[in-house]
Amino acid sequence: MKTLQQLLVAVVFLLGATTNAQQTPAPAQATAYTITGATAHVGDGTVIDNATIVFENGKISTIQSGGSATKGTVINATGKHVYPGFIATNTTLGLVEVGAVRQSNDDDEIGEMIPHVRGIIAYNAESKVVESMRPNGVLMAQIRPVGGTISGASSVVQLDAWNWEDAAYKTDEGIFMDWPRTMRRGRWWLGEEPGYKPNKSYKEDINKIKVFFNNSRAYSKAKGTKNLPFDAMKNVFNGTQKVYISANDQKQILDVIAFAKEMQLTNVVLVGGYQSYKVAEELARANIPVILQRVQGLPSMEDHDYDLPYKLPKLLTDAGVTVALGYDAEYWQVRNLPFYAGQVTQFGLSDEDALKMITLNPAKIMGIASTTGTLAPGKDATLFISDGNALDMRGNNLSRAFIQGRDISLESHQTKLAKRYAEKYGQNE
Amino acid sequence: MFFKKLLVLGLVTCSFTMYAQDYFPANAGVKSKNENYTVFTNAVIHTTPTETIKKGTLVVQNGRVVSVGKSSKYPANAVVVDLDGKHIYPSFVDIYTNFGIAKPKRAGGSGRASQYDNSREGGYWNDHILSEQNGYDDFEYDSKKATEFINAGFGVVATLQHDGIARGTGALIALNNDGNTANRVMEERLAQYFSFDKSVTSRQAYPSSKMGATALLRQVQHDLDWYEKGNVDTKDMSLEALTRNKTLPQFFEGDGLYDDLRIDKLGDQFGIDYVIVAGGDEYKRIGEVLAMNRKMILPLKFPDAYDMEDPYAAEYVALSDMKHWNQAPTNPKALQDAGVTFALTTFKHKSPKDFKKHLMKAITYGLSKERALEALTTIPAQMVGKSGEIGVLKNGAWANFMITSGEVFEKDTKLFEHWIQGNKNVVKDMTTVNIDGNYAINLNGTTYNLEVKNSTEKAKATLKKGGEEVKSEFAYKQDWATVTFKEAEGKFIRLVARAKADGFNGKAILPDGTEKNFTSTKTAITSSEDKKDKKASDKPLTVMPLTYPNIAFGYETRPKQQDILITNATVWTNEAEGILENADVLIKDGKISAVGKNLSARGAMVVDGTGKHVTSGIIDEHSHIAAFAINESGHNSTAEVRMSDVVNPDDSDIYRNLAGGVTAIQLLHGSANPIGGQSAVMKLKWGAPIDEMVIKDKKFIKFALGENVKQANWNSYSRFPQTRMGVEQVFVDYFTRGKEYEAKKNSGQPYRVDEEMETIVDILNMERLISCHSYVQSEINMTMKVAEQFGFNVNTFTHILEGYKVADKMAKHGVGGSTFSDWWAYKYEVNDAIPYNAAIMHRAGVTVAINSDDGEMSRRLNQEAAKIYKYGGIEEEDAWKMVTLNPAKLLHMDDRAGSLKPGKDGDVVIWSDHPLSIKARAEKTIIEGKVFFDIEKDKELRATVQKEKAQLTAMMLAEKNKGLKTQPARKKEKQRMHCDTEQTIY
Repeated sequence: MKTLQQLLVAVVFLLGATTNAQQTPAPAQATAYTITGATAHVGDGTVIDNATIVFENGKISTIQSGGSATKGTVINATGKHVYPGFIATNTTLGLVEVGAVRQSNDDDEIGEMIPHVRGIIAYNAESKVVESMRPNGVLMAQIRPVGGTISGASSVVQLDAWNWEDAAYKTDEGIFMDWPRTMRRGRWWLGEEPGYKPNKSYKEDINKIKVFFNNSRAYSKAKGTKNLPFDAMKNVFNGTQKVYISANDQKQILDVIAFAKEMQLTNVVLVGGYQSYKVAEELARANIPVILQRVQGLPSMEDHDYDLPYKLPKLLTDAGVTVALGYDAEYWQVRNLPFYAGQVTQFGLSDEDALKMITLNPAKIMGIASTTGTLAPGKDATLFISDGNALDMRGNNLSRAFIQGRDISLESHQTKLAKRYAEKYGQNE
Repeated sequence: MFFKKLLVLGLVTCSFTMYAQDYFPANAGVKSKNENYTVFTNAVIHTTPTETIKKGTLVVQNGRVVSVGKSSKYPANAVVVDLDGKHIYPSFVDIYTNFGIAKPKRAGGSGRASQYDNSREGGYWNDHILSEQNGYDDFEYDSKKATEFINAGFGVVATLQHDGIARGTGALIALNNDGNTANRVMEERLAQYFSFDKSVTSRQAYPSSKMGATALLRQVQHDLDWYEKGNVDTKDMSLEALTRNKTLPQFFEGDGLYDDLRIDKLGDQFGIDYVIVAGGDEYKRIGEVLAMNRKMILPLKFPDAYDMEDPYAAEYVALSDMKHWNQAPTNPKALQDAGVTFALTTFKHKSPKDFKKHLMKAITYGLSKERALEALTTIPAQMVGKSGEIGVLKNGAWANFMITSGEVFEKDTKLFEHWIQGNKNVVKDMTTVNIDGNYAINLNGTTYNLEVKNSTEKAKATLKKGGEEVKSEFAYKQDWATVTFKEAEGKFIRLVARAKADGFNGKAILPDGTEKNFTSTKTAITSSEDKKDKKASDKPLTVMPLTYPNIAFGYETRPKQQDILITNATVWTNEAEGILENADVLIKDGKISAVGKNLSARGAMVVDGTGKHVTSGIIDEHSHIAAFAINESGHNSTAEVRMSDVVNPDDSDIYRNLAGGVTAIQLLHGSANPIGGQSAVMKLKWGAPIDEMVIKDKKFIKFALGENVKQANWNSYSRFPQTRMGVEQVFVDYFTRGKEYEAKKNSGQPYRVDEEMETIVDILNMERLISCHSYVQSEINMTMKVAEQFGFNVNTFTHILEGYKVADKMAKHGVGGSTFSDWWAYKYEVNDAIPYNAAIMHRAGVTVAINSDDGEMSRRLNQEAAKIYKYGGIEEEDAWKMVTLNPAKLLHMDDRAGSLKPGKDGDVVIWSDHPLSIKARAEKTIIEGKVFFDIEKDKELRATVQKEKAQLTAMMLAEKNKGLKTQPARKKEKQRMHCDTEQTIY
């Protein structure tokens, strides 16, 4: 059995002696690397045994079973597992540092329809929370603003960077929108009856969105005074920007599908999707993928199956829907993304199918699959080596990780504190 | 009908005016006194719910019953009313109303800052103890509302101010619309009232929860005792009132089954004979209600069906709400069958008008008419000490009675007159002549046929001439009938006649203004059978079976203890034997009987454990599921409050925890205060009574430090402490006072029993152990130092996210750490929280547990233990102990739980896989030999949920289809509670 001591020794070894301040982002890949003898989990559902993976200049050049041709630094990963970097979706990573401290929160701008507000701008590449993602294999993330109806624009970042510009992988790739609720909560603190009642202004609320979309589209067809919110929608209509719509109940989801059709949007992604399994066929037919709410969640009704959130991915996948596992709660929990994927394997999905939901599928959904999301020649060398099954706490133990070929640090504020105090108590001896 | 009689009746007006007493001067006329009798003959008199006199005579004088019986003799100076077979019932009594008492004004003030001190002078220290309040002081007779009661059959009501925890006294009022205060107010201080709800007239923060209200009521009793013994120099109006009102009947309003049980406990502790105002869901656990052996007042407001027409909206209605709609009407019958004594009340109805509909529903669902009548007459009378005076018809009783067309609880029975204190109220004129029938009217040689229907209600008539209908208007009011019809264009004929049952002759006014007499002959009586009441159904709907608990995934029969042999599994003993391969575990009589190879079943149920892992049950040291409240935030110390007062055994999270292999939890108070409330350590026996779940001899209390107690995260600046410095002083203050209290108590001198100080003394003596919410090293260190200063030990630091920084000190102090695996970053004080914390503390010799503080994480604590292995690199077996044996140690229950050792409780989980693996699912969760979760049984339960929802939906759709009232589909708000949950949603 390994001990903390070994773990820390490994960390120290990897980093050399410089272990102060935030982790220094790794420099661009200078020499080629070859990983040998690993079980490669490609991310598209396939596995390559005894894999040899060569990457240089930030890109994977070859990946094959066996083979003896190595290049550059060789890492013997016999008995170990290689995965593409996990991609977290629907997060506020880097926008919030300490939840309860307002001064450190930059995720929620005021305004109802503010697609021009850009998440990437407030992204703190040096966040202590961000660096805590990497040791678990989460190497890329989608950053989104929250609040209002249209919350703003999301971007994809890689999680080892000096600043937001460095971090940006795909900027303003989508806008996030909250679909109106069909049920409205009683404001019990104002003396209203607690509980949820039908939202009487549901249609009116939807109409506001339609009006905004229609205006934005009309605006895009003529030149006039610049209107920032309308202007920010133009890539939605030319199809290069995604529209992420949060909706959870059946009626909402069906209305989202109808909305996409009415607005002639081909780039809609459903986010949340608690009841999506009930309209899975409709979603598949409309070719709308789903970024699910956190699967390690409680059922929303007391009479729902206790494991409903756990088995949602399986139910949707069976119906032919593209599923990514997202996160919609505490930003600092995003490092548990691999275990959400592990969780769903309890319900008839293979490890490789589950892996897809945090690698290839989110890459596809966000339109970055041509360059990342799987272990394939020509794609980014964003990958890591784990001692065992990275979707299980028992196996998720990273020895090396690379983002675009850069040999990144797996240390963090947290590992440093651990080391300091373990040393204090002589636990390293 | 006899015309003569009508006239006699007509003369009886305002029989008894009782305004003027002998000693009152008379200036409006001569002094006159009416000593005549009023006599009702030929009536079916229901003198009591069980006695009926057919053809009886009731004699009334001066507002009271003089005699009632078969004898037809009565004094000569009597006005006689022949009731011709009508029924007489004693008036109903409602002893729980707010009749004539306006709601008090809500206290103003800004919302943010809490008010901690009282705002009243001369009363108890807590503004919500309003025992000096007299409902009568706020009372103003409301004749409009009185008429609603009268029309619904009520003659006497008790009324009180529904405000405050102690609510003071109420009054008994006769609904004598013709009387005045002198005769209406039958009792000014009738009874004393209590509830768990704070007064709206004060913003004093304490108590902010039901457990606080419960604790407050306990303390009031101690303070009363102290006051009565003369130990207080000043006057306390509230306590004075409590003393004064002690001999009165005592009523306590709850809001349902679990309030009932809470009230019962309070009553038992202090020997108070509370009559419980029930909530309407007692049917759910009728055995426990019966065991209270208390009288009850039962509201009858049954929920309306939900509108399920929109299937998407309908999905938000929980099965438990649907079942309550279906089962609530059986509540009166359930109490009746169990033998509980209860009165009925209109309380909770907007107007007494709705009452009969609900009562009829209760009868349809099996409440006997006799019991219903008792519950509205003799029982409430007895509860307020007025037996023989109200609710019955016998000599000397008040002349409060109803005259009805038939038996009172028949649907079509009409209430004609309601006499109260001898004064008549006409609800429906019983002298109205029934003129239903066909009449041949002869006018100027022409014969018209008039068919009259429904004449005693809303009369309607059709007029025909030669078989052809003639358009006509018909009216029948105050004994006169008129018919208007057109003879030719612009030419109207009007008929007018005084009604007589056998036909009526009268005058016709012809178009030219001439008047002619007409005659009519009755030819036939119209049958009035077409009155269909499509709304009320006389048949009860199918009632869904009760389950334990009575929500989705409850069991129809509670799990039974059985001997179980699990064979050929990987067994995690948590003992020196370690992990055994291909081993068996035998549970016998609820205990682990043997662990080893090739055990013999000896009649036990055999479960094949091949490929499975078997462990002892998970124990969550820090849980907030299964509770009605988490924080009593009204004071900075609330050592007197008990989580066991607010256990919610109907929380679906119990079942979900079982499905995650959790068998026991510590239900902790929240972290609002430096000194929180007393924990409830409990086993998750789904469906069991609260008392069977809570382990009584495990005594713990929550303490808390840091941001929550200094209220740093919610803009509160008025409460001490605002800093960690202040937190220390709160502790030092309480422990110092605790020492003084104990010294006084032990000295033999009289002392004031203080529930809070009693708890502090227990802590000092380590008879109650501290589980202390903590984050940063400075406060952890401080708390240990304070404890050491007062000579005791802290038992557990919970959360303890910086425990790794002071692990050596903790080990030396001997305190355990119960922490999260990987939570951090959500607030400033968890900045340095690290997932290596548990491992470092463990290596430093601290007993470490991994807890949840979260209803979601608690159902996969096995995964959280695995994270300690992942991050901290400790042995897997040690990681596993952090959610089983170690929390058992911290809760001092390792003598009975936490490992698979013969003699310990049979709390066992069968896992599909290695329990630390992400793939592991609990397949069976067993507590004391009872299987509370079974993954196969769960499949059946899911099917049952679907089936019952479908059945109930169909029933509700049918209700709406019948035109019955529905309520919009709605979803209950399930509050996810954790440490910071300040306020409970009511």
